Amino acid sequence: MATEAPPPPRNGTETDHGPASPTTEQFIEVQEGAEFGELRRTYRSFAFPLTLAFIAWYLLYVLLSNYAGGFMGTKVFGNINVALILGLGQFLTTFLIAWLYSRHAARRLDPRAEAIRTRMEGDA
Amino acid sequence: MSTPVLLAAGNATTEHRPLIIALFGAFVVATLAITVWAGRQTKSAADFYAGGRQFTGFQNGLAISGDYMSAASFLGIAGAIALFGYDGFLYSIGFLVAWLVALLLVAEPLRNSGRFTMGDVLAYRMRQRPVRTAAGTSTIVVSIFYLLAQMAGAGVLVSLLLGITSDGGKVAIVALVGLLMIVYVTIGGMKGTTWVQMVKAVLLIAGTLLITFLILLKFHFNVSELLGAAATNSGKGAAFLEPGLKYGATATSKLDFLSLGIALVLGTAGLPHILIRFYTVPTAKAARKSVNWAIGIIGAFYLMTIVLGFGAAALLKNSDIVASNKAGNTAAPLAALEIGGGADSTGGAILLAVISAVAFATILAVVAGLTLASSSSFAHDIYANVIRRGKATEKEEVRAARWATVLIGIVSIALGALARDLNVAGLVALAFAVAASANLPTILYSLFWKRFTTQGALWSIYGGLISAVVLVLFSPVVSGKPTSMFKTADFYWFPLENPGLVSIPLGFLLGWLGSILSKEEPDKGKYAELEVKSLTGVGAH
Repeated sequence: MATEAPPPPRNGTETDHGPASPTTEQFIEVQEGAEFGELRRTYRSFAFPLTLAFIAWYLLYVLLSNYAGGFMGTKVFGNINVALILGLGQFLTTFLIAWLYSRHAARRLDPRAEAIRTRMEGDA
Repeated sequence: MSTPVLLAAGNATTEHRPLIIALFGAFVVATLAITVWAGRQTKSAADFYAGGRQFTGFQNGLAISGDYMSAASFLGIAGAIALFGYDGFLYSIGFLVAWLVALLLVAEPLRNSGRFTMGDVLAYRMRQRPVRTAAGTSTIVVSIFYLLAQMAGAGVLVSLLLGITSDGGKVAIVALVGLLMIVYVTIGGMKGTTWVQMVKAVLLIAGTLLITFLILLKFHFNVSELLGAAATNSGKGAAFLEPGLKYGATATSKLDFLSLGIALVLGTAGLPHILIRFYTVPTAKAARKSVNWAIGIIGAFYLMTIVLGFGAAALLKNSDIVASNKAGNTAAPLAALEIGGGADSTGGAILLAVISAVAFATILAVVAGLTLASSSSFAHDIYANVIRRGKATEKEEVRAARWATVLIGIVSIALGALARDLNVAGLVALAFAVAASANLPTILYSLFWKRFTTQGALWSIYGGLISAVVLVLFSPVVSGKPTSMFKTADFYWFPLENPGLVSIPLGFLLGWLGSILSKEEPDKGKYAELEVKSLTGVGAH
């Protein structure tokens, strides 16, 4: 399969020195190990459902704008209607989700990733 | 084209043209100085493609914002709100929410596992040459569409702001923009481009903040009052504040809006000129930080465009906005003129000049990013890895990238000049649709699906790319309607202006189908490398 030149550390002329790269066998071993499995699960079980959720929420908003004009035009106070509030709600949830993910990543993902990286780069 | 406001704006621009030109000139001189300075420090391939990877998360967040907030989103969204009220605002929501896809799924894995281009990640596990060719093709197509829209827009817009009406003048503007972008990219590489984008982002935010503040001041910081005035002045009443004025007319236009919405939210994380920005920071953590900054800056900016757009609707006559530019692209500059005290006032002229200079800076920063993305991909994916089969030296690669920049610059000047009278605004939405149909499925499968194969990658890239382009070719964007690119021709059969509704699911479907139908066994070792690297950053540099 991989008969052609493999990608990243290719011609070795890049001036910023990277750490020595572990072998493919080491990568497979780590990938199948429990520690990495835990990291993958912690990442995916957070990022995937959250992605589905914000896309669904966004689509709901688009569909409401399209097909529920009457509801969206309901005035809440002054000239502020439901459409505007839901639109600003999209801004708000975007900021909120970015913050939630970053907090999750800093607390749960970074330490695990760091541990695996330090070990692999030390071994190599 | 001879309505009072336009005339007034025209007079203002003619009288105060020296001021506008001085501001344009100041921006050009400052950015050229930055470029020369950055060029002196650009030696290795990592310097040229990735700015040496030494930018901080905040700097890159600013640059991403500068790369992303094109004239289409600055003038286009404000104009769409000024003309269609609420429906104009829908664009900005898609453009913003899209960043979550980049944050949660793409930015960090990409930074950890690639070096210079989108192709680095797509081809990682696959046979290099076919997948790099596909990734390079898709990168160049997306960037050229986007570039063409910006160039043609630049000609129209800058000539309008400077009060130039002759054809020769418009062509000269397009050529000037193209020339500057060639200089920025060939000399300054990614470092120069990044600084130009940061400066532009600061100018854009400052300029928008000023106008937003003045508009809010006029309406006593009461948003409800502003909205009411906009609704009344637009002549459309409460409907102006509700969805439907632009997209609500027919069942087809509603589907079109759905299609656009999906393309916007899924396209951003597949735009090559955005993706390569993640390589300019040292770590995945910094890439995450840069997206967070970008979300904050871009979000705040779009919130201000709401005020700008409704402000323009409240302050200007609808007929004057349309007379100046049918798509409303000059609504924001006209609102600036009005809020500064009107056509004959010095305040108005100064604000108009400021906003014009900001628009000019915006165009230059975005075209530089697009050119860099396409020439990087040409040099790194196609020249170095396909033509030279990975045997090109770093020097040869960077030289190829510089020549590609010159070539792409010349091509886009020519196309931009030819297209200056065509309605090419739709090309930006098309670029998003191609990015979402061809690039995003392939990126996600590559990173997260172990059974993905070379055939799957080729099917999703080419399938998404070709279906999106063909559907647009036979859509009302190109022919058959008064708003089409070619008004007199009529060969359309696909009813929607945006192909995303069909081509995005198709891209995902083909990637899956191509993989399960291929005889090739996925390379287990390569996937282990990619997955472990993408989540941990092992070996990333």
